[in-house]
Amino acid sequence: MYDFNYHRPGSVDEAVGLINEDAKLLAGGQSLLPTMKLRLAQPSDVIDLGGIPGLSDISVDGSTVTIGATATHASVAASSAVAGAIPALADLASGIGDTQVRNVGTIGGSVANADPAADYPAAVLGLGATVHTNSRTIAADDFFTGIFETALAENEILTKVSFPVPEAAAYVKFANPASRYAIVGVFVAKTSDGVRVAVTGAGGSVFRASGMEAALNANFSASALDGIAVASDDLNNDLHASAEYRAHLVSVMAKRAVQAAGG
Amino acid sequence: MSSETGIGASVRRKEDKRFLTGKGRYLDDINRPGQAYGVFLRSPHAFAKIKSIDTAEAGKAPGVVAIYTGADLAADGIGGLICGWAITSKDGEPHKAPAHPAIAVDTVRHVGDQVAFVIADSLAEAKDAAELIEVDYEELTPVVSGADALASGAPQVHDDVPGNLCYDWELGDQAAVDAAFAAAAHVTKMDIYNNRLVPNAMEPRAAIGDFDSGTDEIVLYTTSQNPHVARLVLSAFVGIAPEHKLRVIAPDVGGGFGSKIFIYAEETVCAWAARKIDRPVKWTAERSESFLSDAHGRDHHTTAELAMDANGKFLGLRVNTVANMGAYLSTFATSVPSYLYATLLAGQYTTPAIYANVKAVFTNTAPVDAYRGAGRPEATYVVERMVERAARDLGISPVELRKRNFIAPDAYPYETPVIMTYDSGNYPLNMDTALKLIDYDGYAARKAESESRGKKRGIGFSSFIEACGIAPSAAVGSLGAGVGLWESAQVRFNPTGGVTVFTGSHSHGQGHETTFAQLITEHLGVPIENVEISHGDTGKVPFGMGTYGSRSLAVGGSAIMRAVDKIVEKGKKVAAHLMEASVEDIEHANGVFKVAGTDKQVTMAEVAFAAYVPHNYPPDLEPGMDETAFYDPTNFTFPAGTHIAEVEIDPETGVVEVVDWAASDDFGNVINPMIVEGQIHGGVAQGIGQALLENAVYDSETGQLLTGSYMDYTMPRADDFPSLKVETTNTPCPGNPLGVKGCGEAGAIAAPAALMNAITDALGVEIDMPATREKVWRAAQTVQQAAE
Ligand SMILES: Cc1cc2nc3c(=O)[nH]c(=O)nc-3n(C[C@H](O)[C@H](O)[C@H](O)COP(=O)(O)OP(=O)(O)OC[C@H]3O[C@@H](n4cnc5c(N)ncnc54)[C@H](O)[C@@H]3O)c2cc1C
Repeated sequence: MYDFNYHRPGSVDEAVGLINEDAKLLAGGQSLLPTMKLRLAQPSDVIDLGGIPGLSDISVDGSTVTIGATATHASVAASSAVAGAIPALADLASGIGDTQVRNVGTIGGSVANADPAADYPAAVLGLGATVHTNSRTIAADDFFTGIFETALAENEILTKVSFPVPEAAAYVKFANPASRYAIVGVFVAKTSDGVRVAVTGAGGSVFRASGMEAALNANFSASALDGIAVASDDLNNDLHASAEYRAHLVSVMAKRAVQAAGG
Repeated sequence: MSSETGIGASVRRKEDKRFLTGKGRYLDDINRPGQAYGVFLRSPHAFAKIKSIDTAEAGKAPGVVAIYTGADLAADGIGGLICGWAITSKDGEPHKAPAHPAIAVDTVRHVGDQVAFVIADSLAEAKDAAELIEVDYEELTPVVSGADALASGAPQVHDDVPGNLCYDWELGDQAAVDAAFAAAAHVTKMDIYNNRLVPNAMEPRAAIGDFDSGTDEIVLYTTSQNPHVARLVLSAFVGIAPEHKLRVIAPDVGGGFGSKIFIYAEETVCAWAARKIDRPVKWTAERSESFLSDAHGRDHHTTAELAMDANGKFLGLRVNTVANMGAYLSTFATSVPSYLYATLLAGQYTTPAIYANVKAVFTNTAPVDAYRGAGRPEATYVVERMVERAARDLGISPVELRKRNFIAPDAYPYETPVIMTYDSGNYPLNMDTALKLIDYDGYAARKAESESRGKKRGIGFSSFIEACGIAPSAAVGSLGAGVGLWESAQVRFNPTGGVTVFTGSHSHGQGHETTFAQLITEHLGVPIENVEISHGDTGKVPFGMGTYGSRSLAVGGSAIMRAVDKIVEKGKKVAAHLMEASVEDIEHANGVFKVAGTDKQVTMAEVAFAAYVPHNYPPDLEPGMDETAFYDPTNFTFPAGTHIAEVEIDPETGVVEVVDWAASDDFGNVINPMIVEGQIHGGVAQGIGQALLENAVYDSETGQLLTGSYMDYTMPRADDFPSLKVETTNTPCPGNPLGVKGCGEAGAIAAPAALMNAITDALGVEIDMPATREKVWRAAQTVQQAAE
């Protein structure tokens, strides 16, 4: 690890003020610190969001679940309010990494990091959530823009994510046996605006499977997905799974998610 | 004694208190006053010429103490690393042993090869400085697979090794095998790949070199399974210091699995550099370095053919193997795919004619050497997959085919056609025991139930054998070993009755501190809490050859028994004097000396006290109760058993669930059943890991290790395993005083074949290890398409 200046601001505004070109925000550190330890990242300043009051709050208000940026995966998994409103979300959080990772890793870090194999992005996109920052709100459909890329500006801090409560939803993950990140993860949600199917792990970024959504809007059952597959052309092709296998898994996981969501 | 702490008792491990409470003292826990920190600059390329190394900028960086390159080692006359086992090719030529400098001189031959050693006041400063070293490389085209390295026109890893061929070795009677095939009613043939593994001991390798300019002594702290061997090699071959000026300490070591047998570049350089800078220097591998620089395991490409008569009786076995040695020869690399492998190709069977040809080749990959089982897993994997395939080819049940060919329980000693003499065993009993454990009779119903849920179920067998207790010095010497493989032990009574046992075996997870203490409790009646086992320090322990090849109990434990015999013999003399009887009339049992036919007795503690406070003592007897013994076995031991795996496969995804496991193993007498069971669990876990998950993959074009971290290299986890059903059938070993055979490697030897056979049974087609989900899914697809 290279030398850096450590900051622990007491408010979001103070944190924003500390941001510079070579600074990094630190949440749970589960993605950032390994890259620093391996000397792959060399931030001049590390701005720890852990001391900002209220940033980890979780609340459920009628039809919306709101989760603060620094809420840990463990706290989301253990929240009875979340489990009561969107059980699929609590379930997703409980399947991220291992106990140690869940105890420090945060939703804000995961969503801002936009790892193509991360779990949370599937929920954000699958539920049509809204990402809140210090300066604006961003719809899920506009948030994830590429491999490890989001709509966040350099001096923008993700403050919370609000999820509309769906009629039914489920997340099914086919984990990489080594890292246990998603080789393919499919989040299916039946919402008042129709069915949403978000796929993580399979491509360069989380994406919606529109063909599947159309089929499920017509008939919310696993059999509606028979013969419907995502094209393998743009999918990841690596040591762990070929694009063809991933495409197949998307269909299998989507069906299982629909079944788990009661379809 | 058969008390609660003697032989046969599941005594809780004495060492676990310190391990479980964080009080273990591993190498990185040790710090020497004034210690500096070393970092290796490693090659980013698989194969390149070093045109120049510029350390000028780096040398000026803050905190830098020294920077050394291969040229500095050479200038000091420090020799290269050695391979200690000579193999003779079939044309009579000795194996090729190219130079293996501890720091590369003009060429790097695998990713991670050492290029420079940077020493600084702090680790961070050493790393900062290492980044400032400028190396001008001329990249060369690498070769990573053993088969590719043999192809004509392949890149030449070493100029002095034509065709990359280290040796072309054979064992067995080729003519007899040819005749067997000519007479065969059926021949089964398979190509089999035994995948490459990264050992992944929980504690990474580490070393501290510590030089005392007052005494000229170097103390090397190192993560070693055999500190005396490290001292011998570093003194006699590398030239670090004479043996009496080099002390090697291997403290608590967090797992080895073979990878810490070898004498590596890093500890060599630390020991040497400590004297150069007259300051202790510490190096601890990071996990990424472990992946690149620990000696890997296995990596065999094999073609095997089995000749049978019309009844499935095995007539002959022909095996051709290409073994990947990596870029350089690690300490025992040559022995693994030769004498530790082909000598076990008879398996548990009466196959009368066997011929094996092994080509060992150099590639631009990390060196490959012994890894839990070392050669014997490779042999069992070939034999047991062949047997199961043959059973399918012939339409005979795999259980029945094995039973038709098992060596009979009354046939011992049994000489195989590949130079081994099996000492004892009961192979049919192990099979029957395992069948009961797995409820073989209920298998058809379980399979039907799985199928009703759309799953495929399979059952697979592995009747493994190994040669352990490595080994008789005369035997291994005749086969090319450069060292003797005896073991030593010293049993020291303290005046107040406690005992310290100094053993040349080294415990890095095996539980010696408990098992060895049980021997003393059993035979000398000393309460187990009063027995201390000391190991891992050449300054304390008289001598030793270390722990590998499941040898600690069979060889090291036997040495302890020999020292115990000497204690008893001396004790009788003291007891005779104390009780005014003649020595011939003294009987000893469990630490009590009696005058035969009387009720007169003295205890071992009283005798020991008299030996140290010899006020009333035999005039012609040395005081003290402290005996040393060396033990050299007369044969290997031959643990054997049958493991049965049951799997359920989801054909939609290729996920394999290991749903049940039965193991019936013959380890001879068992000292601590709980520790033995733990060893089986660990071994099976590693075997399942190899078959299902683990795979070291080098990019065939760039030679980069693609699976260089836990993001990509799949270590097995607890939830990958079922609860294991383990039993032992104990045919005492006739070859050593304890009647023990060794259990440390069995699970890793048995498991891969059992699991792959189960997967094959479920799928109906053969695949190679590791049976990744995608491979299994594709196989299931193929079978389904063929059926449609
Ligand atoms: C062993 C291991 C296993 C894992 N397994 C999984 C898994 O199965 N599934 C999965 O989804 N993830 C997994 N992860 C990742 C884990 O979920 C991390 O918690 C997550 O990726 C990052 O969250 P963090 O809070 O640790 O963020 P950090 O590492 O602190 O930060 C990550 C990045 O996000 C930025 N950032 C953080 N917070 C904010 C914010 N509020 N606003 C703007 N930018 C911000 C940082 O600057 C940094 O660039 C695993 C991690 C590890 C170490």
